[in-house]
Amino acid sequence: MQTKRTIFPNKLLPYLLLTPQLAITIIFFLWPAGQALKSSFEREDPFGFKTTFVWFHNYARLFSDPEYLNSVWRTAIFAVSVTAISMSVSLLLAVAVNRLLRSGKFYTTLLVWPYAVAPVVAGILWWFMFNPTIGILPYLLDQFGINWNHRINGSQAMILVVIAAAWKQISYNFLFFVAGLQSVPQSLTEAAAIDGAGPFKRFWTIVFPLLSPTTFFLMIVNINYAMFDTFGTIDATTQGGPAGATNTLVYKVYADGFLGLNIGSSSAQSVMLMLIVIALTVIQFRWVERRVQY
Amino acid sequence: MATLDLKGVKKTYPGGVAAVHGVDLEIADGELVVLVGPSGCGKSTLLRMIAGLESITEGTISIAGDVVNRKEPAERDIAMVFQNYALYPHMSVRGNLEYGLKNRGTPREDIDQRVAEAARILEITPFLDRKPRQLSGGQRQRVAMGRAIVRKPKAFLFDEPLSNLDAKLRGQMRIEIRRLQRTLGTTSVYVTHDQLEAMTLADRLVVMNAGRIEQVGKPIELYDRPASLFVAGFIGSPPMNLFEIDKLRSLPGAEALQTLPAGTGIVGVRPDTVALSQANGPSIKLTGTIELIEPVGGESHLYVRCEGINQIVTIVAQGRTGLTETSMLDFWLPQAGFHPFNIETGKRLA
Repeated sequence: MQTKRTIFPNKLLPYLLLTPQLAITIIFFLWPAGQALKSSFEREDPFGFKTTFVWFHNYARLFSDPEYLNSVWRTAIFAVSVTAISMSVSLLLAVAVNRLLRSGKFYTTLLVWPYAVAPVVAGILWWFMFNPTIGILPYLLDQFGINWNHRINGSQAMILVVIAAAWKQISYNFLFFVAGLQSVPQSLTEAAAIDGAGPFKRFWTIVFPLLSPTTFFLMIVNINYAMFDTFGTIDATTQGGPAGATNTLVYKVYADGFLGLNIGSSSAQSVMLMLIVIALTVIQFRWVERRVQY
Repeated sequence: MATLDLKGVKKTYPGGVAAVHGVDLEIADGELVVLVGPSGCGKSTLLRMIAGLESITEGTISIAGDVVNRKEPAERDIAMVFQNYALYPHMSVRGNLEYGLKNRGTPREDIDQRVAEAARILEITPFLDRKPRQLSGGQRQRVAMGRAIVRKPKAFLFDEPLSNLDAKLRGQMRIEIRRLQRTLGTTSVYVTHDQLEAMTLADRLVVMNAGRIEQVGKPIELYDRPASLFVAGFIGSPPMNLFEIDKLRSLPGAEALQTLPAGTGIVGVRPDTVALSQANGPSIKLTGTIELIEPVGGESHLYVRCEGINQIVTIVAQGRTGLTETSMLDFWLPQAGFHPFNIETGKRLA
């Protein structure tokens, strides 16, 4: 890729311009990450008087803990479902809006609003709608003979958090998909129409492959969102329950560290999360990005 | 192979903008018809209506005798070459050529044979496994042509296919398109705004202006006998000189105007019929200062300011003239080269 390079006459100026960003990264990321790494090798006594260096003891316990492994599995289900649902719904909406000439802007504006809703508020919104006692949706589901109670049914709790988390991400995906669709030249779909491809075939053989850079980018963003940015949504709806059915890795870090006060284990878990993020990013940018070039 | 028939074709966009106001045109089997006109004259819209990419507001379009108004582009059995080529960037050249055949369920061995043949004709066999972005402009143009010919459609539609190429390549591709179309004998409609391309390619030329056909005919007929002031100004480069007849009446040799039909308001004279020496037969004499000389090689374009009629006259002189800028020049407008037009209607008289 060609980038325009700027030559600074002053050697100090570039560093000065980078300072604000660097300061934020150091204070809010590198420092706490270092702290987490340090305390993941330590054990603290119940009163916080003394810490002992315990090597990999925290990690060893983590991997023999069935609850942790359960949480890894729950997180995988959660992340894949949220990504799949939010991306397919937003692609559908984007394709629909892209067909409109004049009213497209109006729908786009409306569809972007959910993104402005804070995760906790989104969580509460869905919690309220699905509330087994006062919610409207359990009432409607009851008409179809479905007994909704996410407080005791783990699968239903998972469905609830998946819907709440996916709903919020649809706006974001939608915007990118609309932009992606608009950059596919009209003449390509016209050429395909003349070449005898019906609307569905045109979409899957021409438009969708050309959208693949957008799709893969969104996949990375969505998996990361589902794994790391959904703490508020889960905390406001199920709090990881019932019986750990929605206890994702991020929520477990919080629950073990701040509620269970097991700082050592919680730190080890966040170090694991960091490694997962790094691995995901490397995999996706190294291998997946390279293959979507056309 | 097929005839193409347009009857009273109109296009009005939602919102009331009319792009095409009633076009009648019959295209014979195997003919190459060029639609030419300034931008916004409706030529591309007309082509897209034939292709089925735009709906037809009024009138009928028939291909091989079948009215296709309500048919999908795919059902019309036409092929189109787009201005930006519209190659599928994620498919190889082979994939691009095969796509239309696969969609129609052509058997595999048939596909391979047709692709090989098209690639051979267009000399793109070495590039079959490359992606479009790895090709040069001229090669992409060939692939776009190949995609049209593999399907053996009833008609080819060309939408300014050469306008993205440089001048030299454009000349070569023009000759190739002409040769290919002759060999295959496929009915073709070609849209361009380049009048040189239009003149050289067309069996018949259709000059369009503001959504209407101005004139249809063989290119040379249009050049020799333009039916309106618009065609006179559009066909031919440099364009025809147009004189108001009243300004010429007081000049030496004005008797030459007497044979013009009644109602003539404007007289047109092609720059290459203007004579630099007194010719046989009646002619009008003009005098002016040479403002600019453009030596084009075999000929020179002179731009002469005539104070008497307050107008710049363009003259095409053969060979090297030995004339210099700012010098005075006498020249003659021969009666044989007069094109009489009515000033109100802009139509040719006689």
